[in-house]
Amino acid sequence: MTQYAMIIDYKYCTGCHTCEVACRQEKQIESQEEWGIKFAEFGPMRQGDEWYWDYVPVPSNLCDLCVDRIEEGKKPACAHHCLAKCMEVVSVDEVPARLTDLGAGGVAVFMP
Amino acid sequence: MKKGYKTEQGDEVLVRTCGWSPPGDHPVGCGMILHVKDGKLVKVEGDPEHPISQGRLCPRCLALTEFENHPDRIRYPMKRAKADRGKDKWERISWDEALDILEEEVHKIWDNYGPESIFVSQGTGRQASLYAPPMANACFKTPNISFMMSGSSCYGPRTVVADFLLGAGYPELDYAQFFEQRYDDPEYEVPKYIILWGKSPLQSNPDGFYGHSLIDLMKRGSKFIVIDPRLTWLASRAEYHLQLRPGTDAAIGLAMLHVILGEDLYDHEFCENWVFGVDELAEHVKQFTPEWAEEITWVPADVIRGAARAFATNAPSSIMWGLAFDTQQNGAQAGQAMLAIASVCGYMDVPGGIILALPSSFMGRWRFETSQYVDPEVFAKRIDAKEDHPAYATGPMCHPDSILTALETEQPYPIKMTYFYGSNPLSPTCYAEPERWYNALMKCDFNAAHDVFMTPTIMALCDLVLPLAGFAAQDAVVLPHFGRNTHFLGAINQAIDPGECKSDIEIDMIVGKRLNPEAWPWETAEEFFDAQIHTQYDWDFSDLRDAGVFQQKQVYRKYEKGLLRPDGEPGFNTPTGMIEVQSSIYDDFGEYDLPFFMEPAMSPYSTPELAKEYPLVLTTGGRDFVSFHSEHRQIPSLRNCTPDPLLTINPKTAAALGINDGDWVLIENQFGKCCERARVSYEVAERVVHAAHGWWFPEQDGEFPNLFGVWKSNINRLIPMYKVGKLGYGAPYKGVLCKVTKVSDPDAAMQDPTAYVAGEDRGPNSFEDGSAEKSPYLYQNFHPGE
Repeated sequence: MTQYAMIIDYKYCTGCHTCEVACRQEKQIESQEEWGIKFAEFGPMRQGDEWYWDYVPVPSNLCDLCVDRIEEGKKPACAHHCLAKCMEVVSVDEVPARLTDLGAGGVAVFMP
Repeated sequence: MKKGYKTEQGDEVLVRTCGWSPPGDHPVGCGMILHVKDGKLVKVEGDPEHPISQGRLCPRCLALTEFENHPDRIRYPMKRAKADRGKDKWERISWDEALDILEEEVHKIWDNYGPESIFVSQGTGRQASLYAPPMANACFKTPNISFMMSGSSCYGPRTVVADFLLGAGYPELDYAQFFEQRYDDPEYEVPKYIILWGKSPLQSNPDGFYGHSLIDLMKRGSKFIVIDPRLTWLASRAEYHLQLRPGTDAAIGLAMLHVILGEDLYDHEFCENWVFGVDELAEHVKQFTPEWAEEITWVPADVIRGAARAFATNAPSSIMWGLAFDTQQNGAQAGQAMLAIASVCGYMDVPGGIILALPSSFMGRWRFETSQYVDPEVFAKRIDAKEDHPAYATGPMCHPDSILTALETEQPYPIKMTYFYGSNPLSPTCYAEPERWYNALMKCDFNAAHDVFMTPTIMALCDLVLPLAGFAAQDAVVLPHFGRNTHFLGAINQAIDPGECKSDIEIDMIVGKRLNPEAWPWETAEEFFDAQIHTQYDWDFSDLRDAGVFQQKQVYRKYEKGLLRPDGEPGFNTPTGMIEVQSSIYDDFGEYDLPFFMEPAMSPYSTPELAKEYPLVLTTGGRDFVSFHSEHRQIPSLRNCTPDPLLTINPKTAAALGINDGDWVLIENQFGKCCERARVSYEVAERVVHAAHGWWFPEQDGEFPNLFGVWKSNINRLIPMYKVGKLGYGAPYKGVLCKVTKVSDPDAAMQDPTAYVAGEDRGPNSFEDGSAEKSPYLYQNFHPGE
């Protein structure tokens, strides 16, 4: 079975809450206490000579990377709707090449 | 895109549609697939084939099932005795009875006072923007319809300034919106710099602009210059952030012009051919150095210089101007300066610059053409401030501040009925001094509304309410920029049974057929849209349904090709035929022909005595991803993201005041007070605070005086009416003074609205008390004798 990982090019994440709400709908998470993915906010703060302000979405234990959708040829709900188009789920084999493509400046990989 | 809009998949029906409202947003028209099972909306998925949104959707559409299936939706007409206003004593009635009541009340007013005594109060952004004016003009036959912020302070001011000076529709960033291939079209160029001026499009998707296109462009290399009192997320990634004092945009503009014209960084050829008044402007701005602007705006002179040089010397670049231009008295001049900057740099209507368009097309024209149904003698009585603000009176709407005066004083005649057209103005989006409006509107003999939820406005004031359908339950079209610069038409396709709810256009038609049938020949929404489409194209609404969206064609440099003037001549639709950086008509309106800086009516420099008591500059209205102004407060997934109204305050200021993140604070000035929760963040400078707007609490007691907590966090209680510019536009929603203190009781600002005492002042003059040594830039110095 293919193993998948979520890559988030979080330097472009604007903190729009789309992944959170898309996931809630897709996975029918009724309780507002529970989350399939939720972003953390760092900043704004002055570090060195520049502003540092990043959002990093973090998938929770409820995240299964939408394997069902992937097998239907669709993107996971969060990546499909992401306004900044900064999320993707790829097979683990492809991760190094994708990281090289995306470059530095704020990229994270998750295997929830 | 695929043909057809409705397919079956297992036990679900999938309906492709474009979004607009309600629930609210601007006409962005994002593409989505609505999943319907057993007649119920069960899921919303972004449509990857949509040329603009490309599968993406924001949280508000992703939570659409919660809106459509919400237990509190208004689903049938209701009436209530006038004596019971403010009480939850609504009685369900039939549409026939509702229309009988409306017809009878309108006839009473027509017969006893004249149609002009009916006033239609319009909100912002929703489909209401298109269909409220026809309801007023062609149903009630009254000319008194307006968007209801003081000084009509949203979008209107910018479009009017563009009309006067540019002779074109809304100037919009070129984000390849007209191209099927989008950014890959060979004709397209990526802007090198984008100035975001008083605008935060990621959250606001303003007027049909797709906000996250800015991220698309950032990935393609565009750099940002952000002019904003807030350090927005985009500002944190900008090459230049001009963190100005709220309300001083015109001073920034003048100083940038000083640099661009003074250092000869402008496009001579474009200026010689197409721009009127450049030499006069260049002479005028010699005095406005970046050092002069630094003292006024608090932005370092070298940052202003750097931004102006980078922008002018990197073609093509573009500018987006935002709500901040509308929500200040001096906004028309800031807009004039901004248009001048873009024009002298030669960025108008070039690839990667600013797209221009004919000012009105399609239904953008129909809505105001319905004014033909107002008797000319009645139209002449329109309350449009023609004596004080003749420029405003050339526009399509009545004047909000003057309407308040008419309600209060019954001069020049009384207003006896108000219709709230899908808007909730008591919740702090539209009405400034909301308690004053409440008291004035309670005087009306009859008030009615249509909307999707029971709002504080309806609970407080109305005698009749009609049920409005959500966009998933109606057929309609969406057109970005309301027809003022429209890159596509999108089909809104009905996916679920609306029950007794009706769309805006259907309510217009059903009311119109009772009151003025000659204006309403259509039987269905589809017939109406066919007729509108046929004014320009030979295809039907059903074709648009199948196509999903129709992207309009666009050509660059329309001014060379005679595409911006109704007479087909090259140039711009202004008296001089050129872009007027020096206006040829402002003199007729009693306004200066060149842009100038004017202090806000209440500021550390215009009212230094008041500033001792209220030391912080208050700005408001920054948008959130999970709400549209006063909407979405009752949608669980969205409210969960932002549960409370937030006052953003700098960590140093907060520490000095003993305020911690999450504390409730009281925000107050001489007009009023309200409570919000402190959000301690470097997003604002030490001398500035930003307060969220649009708050009410649907979970609270709805009855008067609480009215769903509408007074508790009502930031517009701190904003005065009547402080508008000479052109009649602009009011200080983003620029007054306040003080902030920690409170233990979140209800500390609650007060019976009937106890509110309105100020005497009904003029645009500043609140200056003679103590202002530092500022020669007061309204009364520019417009003496008023």
